[in-house]
Amino acid sequence: MAKMRQVIFLTAVIASLVAVHLFLRAIGKEYCLTQLTMSVYYAIVVVGLCLVMGYAGQVSLGHGAFFALGGYTTAILTTHDFSRFQHAPWARALRQAHVFVVKQDLFSGQVMNVTPTIAFFAAMSVTFLVACLIGYPALRLKGHYLAMATLGFGLIVNKMLVGSALAGGADGITNVPEWRIAGLLTISGKTALRVQNYYVACGVALVLLLLLRNLVKSRVGRALLAIHDGETAAGAMGINTAGYKLKTFVLSALLAALAGVLFTHYTGGIAPSEAGALKSVRYVTLAAAGGMANLWGGAIVSTIINFFSLRGWFGTYDNAVFGAILIIIISLTPEGPLKPLGIWLRRAWDRCAGTLGNEHGAA
Amino acid sequence: MEEGNLALQYLLSGVTKGSIYAIVAIGFNLIYSATGVLNFAQGEFVMLGGMIAYTLWQFLPLPVAVAASVVLVALIGCALEILFFRKLRRHSILHMIIITMGLSIVIQEAALHVWDEKVRSLPYFTGNEISSVHLFGAAISPQVIWVLGTAVVSVVFLHGFLRYTLQGRAMRACSSNPEAAALAGINISNMRTLSFGLSAALGGLAGCVISPITMTHYEMGAPLAIKGFAAAILGGFGNPMAAVVGGLFVGIVEAFSVSKMPAAYSDVVAFAILLLVLFVRPHGLFGEPTAESLREF
Amino acid sequence: MKRLIVVAVLGLCLASGPLFAQGKASEPIKIGAIFAVTGPASFLGAPEQKTVEMFVDKVNKEGGVLGRKLEIVLKDSAADPAKAGSFAKQLIEEDKVLAIIGPSTSGETMQIKALCEENKVPLISCAAAEVIVNPVAKYVFKTPQKDSQAVTWIFNTMKDKGISKIAVVSSNDGFGKAGTEQLVNLAKDSGIEILANEVYDKQATDLTDVLTKVKGTAGVQAVVNWSIVPAQSIVAKNMKQIGLNVPLFQSHGFGNVKYAQQAGAAAEGTLFPAGRLLVVGELPDNHPQKALLASYKKDYESRFKEDVSTFGGHAYDALLVVVEGLKKAGSPDRDKVRDAIENIKGLVGTAGIFNFSPEDHTGLALDAFEMLTVKNGKFVIYKK
Repeated sequence: MAKMRQVIFLTAVIASLVAVHLFLRAIGKEYCLTQLTMSVYYAIVVVGLCLVMGYAGQVSLGHGAFFALGGYTTAILTTHDFSRFQHAPWARALRQAHVFVVKQDLFSGQVMNVTPTIAFFAAMSVTFLVACLIGYPALRLKGHYLAMATLGFGLIVNKMLVGSALAGGADGITNVPEWRIAGLLTISGKTALRVQNYYVACGVALVLLLLLRNLVKSRVGRALLAIHDGETAAGAMGINTAGYKLKTFVLSALLAALAGVLFTHYTGGIAPSEAGALKSVRYVTLAAAGGMANLWGGAIVSTIINFFSLRGWFGTYDNAVFGAILIIIISLTPEGPLKPLGIWLRRAWDRCAGTLGNEHGAA
Repeated sequence: MEEGNLALQYLLSGVTKGSIYAIVAIGFNLIYSATGVLNFAQGEFVMLGGMIAYTLWQFLPLPVAVAASVVLVALIGCALEILFFRKLRRHSILHMIIITMGLSIVIQEAALHVWDEKVRSLPYFTGNEISSVHLFGAAISPQVIWVLGTAVVSVVFLHGFLRYTLQGRAMRACSSNPEAAALAGINISNMRTLSFGLSAALGGLAGCVISPITMTHYEMGAPLAIKGFAAAILGGFGNPMAAVVGGLFVGIVEAFSVSKMPAAYSDVVAFAILLLVLFVRPHGLFGEPTAESLREF
Repeated sequence: MKRLIVVAVLGLCLASGPLFAQGKASEPIKIGAIFAVTGPASFLGAPEQKTVEMFVDKVNKEGGVLGRKLEIVLKDSAADPAKAGSFAKQLIEEDKVLAIIGPSTSGETMQIKALCEENKVPLISCAAAEVIVNPVAKYVFKTPQKDSQAVTWIFNTMKDKGISKIAVVSSNDGFGKAGTEQLVNLAKDSGIEILANEVYDKQATDLTDVLTKVKGTAGVQAVVNWSIVPAQSIVAKNMKQIGLNVPLFQSHGFGNVKYAQQAGAAAEGTLFPAGRLLVVGELPDNHPQKALLASYKKDYESRFKEDVSTFGGHAYDALLVVVEGLKKAGSPDRDKVRDAIENIKGLVGTAGIFNFSPEDHTGLALDAFEMLTVKNGKFVIYKK
């Protein structure tokens, strides 16, 4: 029975995503898919953060840094010109192995870059290492100390990116090439591929959400909840609290990095502000607004709000809106607005539909 | 310039920055000690202090403008506590921290729309932009002495207040054991409001006194809050003097790191040292380890 | 079930949002503008936005262009390149603007340079970096003077004063980076040696440590600071406070007399290249730019009650270029307007006199700058 509900739910989600696309096409505003795609990638970071904050109960004010690590690694590798090694035997071997690729650059003749697929693996590896290195000592800290440590980490990454000529300094990196993953699957900002990229982004997000949902409903999830509710008690029951916290942290870092890689190839560039405190605070805002332990809530709220922000809806009050959201939602609905919204909607539905409501009472 | 003079100049430079961080850290320290809340909006109190004082200075003499500004910022601090924290005591500390982050952003934006993006500054309290005090071949702006003096006076005042006055002792009681304090008849929410107001007042005063050095603009709150936060953690919570020491430490480390490596990395060094301290001795140089481990998040 | 409803409702909300998005297809000619009105570059974006508002009102009052009114579609990017990219796509495809003016910063401009070129939309940037027009992209222009021209002026003045060894301090943002690059590139050929080159955080509250390092470097005869406020004022004050008494050269980012006032006595004698907008009072009446500059200054200061800055001037020039191109092209066609812009000669703007060509998409020559200095808290032309 539960499996059936899951399938229905999933179908409903996919149906809504397609419905959104068709609706946009019908009203002639298909270009909104661009901002939606970008928002979905940001939402992936928020979902990972929900895992860390809502389930493991750890606050991270530096998740933008992982997004940036993923994005920058791939950006640097795929735009840096390695042609001075072109004739070395190892370089030629790597070209054969499709690690390097030679392209015609718009302005400077032939350049040799790393292929995006290899860059992706490099990005994931770098993030994994850094997350382990920083997570191991940091997660032994509590509460506000952890907040400060993650904030400090994020700022260190930000300042190092700004200070590094290789990373393009304050201007970041632009002209990042598209990523042809396999056959028709290409992450690119080209207008012709816009619809395809929308579905790719949604697909990636859906798959991740499902995987995480399974994780959360399993033993691991219960262990995390136990840690969240009372770490000492959980430890006393034999749960390896440090291990679980670290794994959750690293997983969320990898999610953020994945989002960073996809985002960078989609928009064709990345800037150091992605690692800054402002972006990291926004991620926390959105995770909190979605209901910290509510993965779907985080994803949906994050997508909607980022979409409006990227469309310039909030005008010059963009920052103020995020601040206001933080305050209002946390004050009124600390568990996130979706539950009260859901309850309210159900009550409304019950009132309108009369007996229908009773049938679904067990939902 | 001889080596010794150069080293002394770096030291004085570190003291300049450090005193600014210290004076911000005192406010952080106070609110945390009294209520357990990490107030990310502390930097905004500093910014508001400078901005409001600047506006008042346009038609009031400087000392009056500064005093009025401090009072106004204190009132704002109390108002914020009443509006956002009084009703919400059932929330966890994490939620309250997130609310202060939201407040910080909203106050910053409000300042932008009230005052606009331009940079302003109060005049130097003594001397002007080029005057300097010479100490053994190195020089420092007289305003820095004002900042240090204000920090020291604040610490002394807080010390006296917390130890010798009824309100102060009540505040300490609330922070160490809220239930017992309530049982003893202390009005916890009033104490909380008082600590916010006091912290905001200190922040506002800091904003006025550092304005000639750092210039005042609507975005200055966040970076100051981060550094002040780092200084407070480094020093350890519970003791206002620790905040001052923490601030000076951060400033001096930054200044000397500039002497040894490209200035672009001085912030990285400061934060790296902070991380190291957090990993090795989270309660800071002077804090008490036991109290912190008991604070559940 | 509950979840289903929630998802469906939210999906509808998601989808209906765009319904309220702007986009009228009617009479006025639409020009897109991306400025950093809020955020870390607001000292650029805010005067730019105000200037454009003022300009458009004036043009529309006088009957518009080609008999149609102008409409500016403004987007506030807060200096975030990802947002600038998103807005550029919006402006091009949805609002179908004729051209885009802005963005305010070089990082954002580089993010959208390729996009505008591919979509054949004229982009008139208000940012200063050389890379925007070098290599030249057919549809991309810029109105601020080149950083290299500012540097050339500084070096020429130094040579006149017999200065050959300098220290460079700059902020860690795009502006500082671009300027430092030019300083380093042009130093050798100008006979200038850079003994110290330090980058500081643009939000630094005090810079005595960096300047102490400069003071400790033997033989420094002058300091060049490449940054914006508040660091500009802080550097000036700190130098005097620690007793580093060598000439201070600032960049053309010093382009607002308020900055000189804020640095007070420390700003006296500062040298910097800037557009003539800041010293319009000193220009002879027959100077080609005088009328335009005087009227811009008067209109801006009376309407917005604040001092003019050269930054607002760049936006003025950008819109002026588009309007001029539109007039010459005779119709709001993107390609025709682009061609017209590329052939503009002798257009008087706030930054100088524009002469575009297929190789030169900046249009300003070295004489667009004037070397200024601060005397008694005011800007005056520097006389050797």
